[in-house]
Amino acid sequence: MLVELGHFALILSLLVAITQGVLPLAGVLKSNALWQSTARPLALLQWSLVAFAFAVLEVAFLQSDFSVVYVSEHSNSLLPWPYKMAALWGGHEGSLLLWVFLLGVWSSAVAMFSKTLAQDMVARVLSVMGMISSGFLLFILTTSNPFLRLLPAASEGQDLNPLLQDPGLVIHPPMLYMGYVGMSVAFAFAIAALMAGRLDTVWARWSRPWTLVAWTFLTFGIGLGSWWAYYELGWGGWWFWDPVENASLMPWLVATALIHSLMVTEKRGSFKAWTVLLAIAAFSLSLLGTFLVRSGVLTSVHAFASDPARGIFILVFLALVVGSSLTLFAWRAPTVSLGSPMGLLSRETFLLANSVLLSTATLAVLLGTLYPLIIDALKLGKLSVGPPYFNVVFAPLMVPVIFMMVPGALARWRQAQWSQIKPFLILPFFAATIFSLGLSLWMGHQDAGILLGFWLGAWVAFASFQQIAWRAKQGLRMSGSFLGMQLAHLGLAVVVLGVTGVKNFEIERDVRMGVGDQVTLAQYHFKLIGVKEVRGPNYKALRAQVDVTKGESESVIKTLAPEKRYYLSSTMPMTEASIDSGFMQDLYVSLGDVLNGDTPQWSMRVYYKPFVPWLWAGVLLMVLGGLLASFDKRYRAPILSGDKEEGADQSLGRESSHNGDSLPVASTPLA
Amino acid sequence: MIQKKFLIPLVLFLVLVVFLGVGLRRDPKEIPSPLINTAAPDFELPTLKGEGNFSPKAYLGRVWLFNVWATWCVSCREEHPVLVAFAKREGVPIVGLSYKEIQPSDEDKGPMSLESKLSLARARSFEWLKKHGDPYQLSVLDLDGRVGINYGVYGVPETYLIDTKGFIRYKHIGPVTPEVLAQEVMPLVHELQKEASTNSWPNTSRNAELAPSTPQSFAPSYALK
Amino acid sequence: MKIADHFKTRWLAHTLRKSARALLGLGLIYFFMQSSSLWVHADEAKPLAEDPVVEARLVDIAQELRCLVCQNESLASSRADLADDLRREVRSLIKAGKSDDEIRSFLVSRYGDFVLYRPKIKPLTYGLWFGPFLVLILGLFFLYQHLKARAVTEQQTSALTAEERERLRAILKE
Repeated sequence: MLVELGHFALILSLLVAITQGVLPLAGVLKSNALWQSTARPLALLQWSLVAFAFAVLEVAFLQSDFSVVYVSEHSNSLLPWPYKMAALWGGHEGSLLLWVFLLGVWSSAVAMFSKTLAQDMVARVLSVMGMISSGFLLFILTTSNPFLRLLPAASEGQDLNPLLQDPGLVIHPPMLYMGYVGMSVAFAFAIAALMAGRLDTVWARWSRPWTLVAWTFLTFGIGLGSWWAYYELGWGGWWFWDPVENASLMPWLVATALIHSLMVTEKRGSFKAWTVLLAIAAFSLSLLGTFLVRSGVLTSVHAFASDPARGIFILVFLALVVGSSLTLFAWRAPTVSLGSPMGLLSRETFLLANSVLLSTATLAVLLGTLYPLIIDALKLGKLSVGPPYFNVVFAPLMVPVIFMMVPGALARWRQAQWSQIKPFLILPFFAATIFSLGLSLWMGHQDAGILLGFWLGAWVAFASFQQIAWRAKQGLRMSGSFLGMQLAHLGLAVVVLGVTGVKNFEIERDVRMGVGDQVTLAQYHFKLIGVKEVRGPNYKALRAQVDVTKGESESVIKTLAPEKRYYLSSTMPMTEASIDSGFMQDLYVSLGDVLNGDTPQWSMRVYYKPFVPWLWAGVLLMVLGGLLASFDKRYRAPILSGDKEEGADQSLGRESSHNGDSLPVASTPLA
Repeated sequence: MIQKKFLIPLVLFLVLVVFLGVGLRRDPKEIPSPLINTAAPDFELPTLKGEGNFSPKAYLGRVWLFNVWATWCVSCREEHPVLVAFAKREGVPIVGLSYKEIQPSDEDKGPMSLESKLSLARARSFEWLKKHGDPYQLSVLDLDGRVGINYGVYGVPETYLIDTKGFIRYKHIGPVTPEVLAQEVMPLVHELQKEASTNSWPNTSRNAELAPSTPQSFAPSYALK
Repeated sequence: MKIADHFKTRWLAHTLRKSARALLGLGLIYFFMQSSSLWVHADEAKPLAEDPVVEARLVDIAQELRCLVCQNESLASSRADLADDLRREVRSLIKAGKSDDEIRSFLVSRYGDFVLYRPKIKPLTYGLWFGPFLVLILGLFFLYQHLKARAVTEQQTSALTAEERERLRAILKE
């Protein structure tokens, strides 16, 4: 009964979403303030209905109601309850419900935190979001309904895929989807601005914090996915250039370009058409990702069960949304003003170069992901494009981006002076050189790639420390924007160092071990103490005990317990690797099959992975930076207190020292 | 007021949509064979009935089907009645390739000798063919899958059509259906038989690029006694 | 005195020689025991593969090859049956002294280009390999053009301002 109520709520929410998509916009066209004012309440109502449906489905999972098809396919009465809850987004139908739920979260947030935005703009923005919600709700109700009944009810569920029975499943999809869906806000703002013919700095200033928050979630979500794959799949990889991974990386790259481009539009009124295009592209790539993952068009370990009917629906939806946006863009963009001029060496130049490079990188990833499909569609054969391609093409494109992060943060708006930037490059340059040489010598070997990778990471890191220290010494206030920028840049630098370190210095050994045997990697000794059988809530497992010692010392620094689990519901055994994370490295052990022989022996995979923790630390730094930047006082004050004026004076041409972005500036403003 | 350059994103996007649309109809997991129109790789394998080894050279001068199957293969049960009916009706001989009949799970208790593998494979296959019908003139045993690899086998069932000169002319992936046999295989069979009788050489230069090195140079022949 | 010294020296030399020989002997024993894997690392785990050198090369090659029956996994990491078989083939080809290119041709002639994760550079893939590079060049070119155009406008406006300032000064002088 409750399930039917949930289903009904979902149908109602579709009707409300359609109204939300049409009525406020009609109100704008007809200058009817009443209709326009329905935008906020409709958005909130729509979300409440979806939230109710979501809650109903959660209850069905927690109660193990196997009369619901979706629950019976993805759950089991023995499943621990956190996984029962997370199983809601373990399959296609439920994950779409999560998508639409989070879209409601964002819409409601926009409805609630836009008190100072003109009503007709609010109406337009929420209308666009309502149209998107309608599309997804219609898709769910017609092709992917999680509320379908199974009669007679199954006595037991098929269980959640063991690979997903892990804390990673609980948090990775919601965070990632918050990012994907969040891009719809910047998109809606862009469309609203195009419709109104008002592409100005106010639009940019409204878009930026929303884009920053969405970017932060997306960063976190991608990082979590990487981390999850690393410890869950049992063989230490963390990025495979799989189509689904690429589908999350592309919006991230464009969103990064968008954030930087918005800076220019907000500050100088320039690049408006380009910024709008980036905003459209970011969300379009989110939608494209949805298509790629669920249509069966590409093979991927992450893909949901595919169905051509679903594929057609999403493709049509994608074509409509993006096609109409780009048509609107082609129509309106020529009318926007060009904004203020800029010198050849200026902050704008760096930010625009950043856009060009990141867009090219996105295109490279898109090309690599879709090339097999294009060649196959043209009946020219079947080929594969994998990590060798992406590594060769992507990394060189990122080198200039990372390099420019330092002078870019230093350059002044409109016209920067080389003499002003140069003093702040000397320390990072030499410090990075020493660091890079020293670290690679200490680690054991060096080549151009290693030296460059370490140098770039250190270059940005030292520059960030220096810029923060300089500001502190000057006694200048450090705004959320400034600190956020430095931390985010630092985070990326740490990731670069991590990638360089792990890819070039990791050691892997595949060995056969009996009780008492040991293997040595770097200075760490791994000794197998024993293997025993253990039982879990819905599995039984073999668990090995591996003691780790370091160097000459006899004391055990860590005991690792890798397992090989046999879930009751599945015939494939699952490897649960055991990892010891230190500051500089991970020690990673994976238990393999038992081997035939006189004495019991097991195949074990042992890894020494230096710098891996830096990958996750870097991501966390980027997330922290994004949060700090999103909640900069500039954005909070006008949004929360209703004070519009504070926003206005941060406009074109004023090079003020209390501007959190530029650095380190003398207090006298430019002429 | 539409300037040309602002239309570029839209145009590029529409091109993309067209490709994605076409892509929906394609199967990304189906791998076409580069061996079409090349010589069928030679081999020597023991037969099911144990009457000595078989090599495809024995079938030169005939048009025949080479069907990859195994008793552990579920889809093979689907296509088997079709093959049985086909064998009865048409005069096209079918040779079976029993692919990796002995699976890793058979060796759970311990490694098996070649003799025991052969006898277990034969026993299982005979039982299966008795139950489901036997469309094969003969069946050869590819226990370790090497001949399968030489033929580009990546799944079971798969079916090859080989012509009178010993060239692979067609490959079907997955279970054969009556439609496939009627619409694709039989017309080609007739064409090949006509070709053979008029002594014209098949056009084999077309896909030379796809098969740069003759598989035969790497294929050891297994003379399993 | 001299004789005592002499004897001392001789004794010293003798002792030194004996010690040196003993040390050398011990050293040799140590060396031999180290090289036989039985002494210090009596319980050192053996590699899973029979021949680690061949295995290392196998992993290198297999990482860039696709497992044909998996959902996008490399031949190195896949656990599918066919992957096991193909790895066995590659291993025997390595042992037979074939080069990396020959091994790749072996697989491509049987399974097509699909099996390569690094697409061959041929006319069909020119767009793939050179596309991003071309786009970058184009992008940077347009960027440069755009910046130059904007900078010119800036000069023009300030030039006018300078002219106007001149006129103003002239007017003020009067």
